[in-house]
Amino acid sequence: MTATTPPGQAEPANPEGDVLRCEHISKNFGVVAALIDVNLRLGRGEVLGLIGDNGAGKSTLLKILCGFQPPTSGRIFLEGQQVTFKSVDHARSLGIDAVYQDLALVGQLTVFQNMFLNREVIRWPLVRNHVMRREAREHLDEMGVQIPSVNAPVVTLSGGQRQAVAVARSVFSNPKILLLDEPLAAMGVKEGAIILDLILRLKHEGNVSIIIIAHNYAHVLEVCDRINMIQGGRITLDKLTAETSADELTDLAVAEYRKALEERQRQER
Amino acid sequence: MLMRVLRVLGRQREATVFIIAVALFVYFLIDKGSNFTSKSNQVTLWSDFTTPIIIIALGEVFLLICGEIDLSVGFVVGFAPFLMHYLIDFYGFPGLLALFFALLFGVLVGWINGFFTVTIGVPSFITTLGTGFVLLGLIDTTSHDEPAAIPAQVMGIGKWLQYYAWAPIVWAVALAAVFHIVLTRTRWGLHTVSVGGNLLGAREAGIHVGRIKYGNFMLCGLLGALVGLQVMYYTDNIAPTTGSYTYMFYAVTAAVIGGTAMLGGVGTIVGAFFGAVVLGILQDGFPLIGVSADPLYIIFGGAILISMVANVQLARLRERGQR
Repeated sequence: MTATTPPGQAEPANPEGDVLRCEHISKNFGVVAALIDVNLRLGRGEVLGLIGDNGAGKSTLLKILCGFQPPTSGRIFLEGQQVTFKSVDHARSLGIDAVYQDLALVGQLTVFQNMFLNREVIRWPLVRNHVMRREAREHLDEMGVQIPSVNAPVVTLSGGQRQAVAVARSVFSNPKILLLDEPLAAMGVKEGAIILDLILRLKHEGNVSIIIIAHNYAHVLEVCDRINMIQGGRITLDKLTAETSADELTDLAVAEYRKALEERQRQER
Repeated sequence: MLMRVLRVLGRQREATVFIIAVALFVYFLIDKGSNFTSKSNQVTLWSDFTTPIIIIALGEVFLLICGEIDLSVGFVVGFAPFLMHYLIDFYGFPGLLALFFALLFGVLVGWINGFFTVTIGVPSFITTLGTGFVLLGLIDTTSHDEPAAIPAQVMGIGKWLQYYAWAPIVWAVALAAVFHIVLTRTRWGLHTVSVGGNLLGAREAGIHVGRIKYGNFMLCGLLGALVGLQVMYYTDNIAPTTGSYTYMFYAVTAAVIGGTAMLGGVGTIVGAFFGAVVLGILQDGFPLIGVSADPLYIIFGGAILISMVANVQLARLRERGQR
């Protein structure tokens, strides 16, 4: 196990063991550098927490990893093979699936219809509702997701239930890597527990490696094996969860704010 | 109790419209003085008044659900028969082929609407306002504002579309049944709901959003052309005045009364069907019981407003019921 890889430094010790590896990823939007020489690795079956403030570059990195946009420079390796994602569909076909913040659920459709959205089971020309209903129910039960009914329109579910359905749907297609964008955003403790429980379950099964993107790290410390902190487009911390603490992360965040504040005051003078 | 009934009705919006349709029908039925019950009037009610509204409403429902609208379809109704007439009488096309091209023309207009809306990014309200006016201009220019006779070659087909008394309503019911299944039981229907319900989400799920919208515009155009041919047989000539906004307004009204939301994602074929029946009965029944047709639009307008208020209120009730 490589415990820590200081930012911008050499290769991890066991590159074969990594399901995903990013080397020297940079992304510029015009003159703005959103990501600067980011190195990131994800071990097989690992849950990595990618944390940072708004605008730190988390979303940009997520969009690169799920094939939504290409990096300006840098290389991505999937199971040791260098890959260039052409599109979200392409990345998905390679086994990377993302659950976005908006969840990509259609409120007016039922849970099972959403579970099978755009991969419906059909006997032309009709969709096979009973098959999808049964499979959706089995799959959700297996994952311990509790919802009133697979026939319920998604709009009637709570935020936590919706998130759980979205995650369950992504797992449905057996991805190698699951990217979760702010899975606990705008969620109470009870609701959040549904998702944390689901993530722990996935981790326990070990079939999928997970990157959780969050700006509030209190949640994710609970389930992550390792934490990467991203600040100003750079990864400023890469530690096993056991070797770091909320205090250390807070200190880093506070230090950044203090620096920004001093910078601002200097400019005003 | 009342809340419960309201909640059930809210969930089953079609039931509300169905009840209204039946109530109106019974109301005119028990008015003995009129000849509402006569066969000729029933044919007029179902085949001549209600059918065009139903068929065009089918297209509008699909468009409204996926978040678009077609204001131009009434002018497809007007131009399709003229195109057929030109092809036969000026270019010597055989009758069937000309009919086919008239229908294809509807699809083409739909494609153009899709192109400006989806590919160029003009809101469909504006796009179809524009194409509607262009079509109106085309009708008036090419016909020199003169009606034309139906070419003899296509008279025979007319009985299948219109001349058999119940043919139109049979078409309407059959099409409505097919479209209901398409909307609720096929990928196309589910994806149409997805595009209107969560555009970004549908895109993220890999649904070809543009293709769905193009397809529904083309569908609406095709249905408009079909109605154009039916109306041609009904009026027994090809009239430039046939092309108007009226068909579209009635169809959208039917859809809205039937519970289709203008914002997309919500709507049913069954609801629009009975919405059209309500409009058809009102249109047919009022003159029969001696009420002038003039206040009809006041009633239509009132019906739209009431049903929209009901939509909003029932949606609120529904939310409260779930909390």
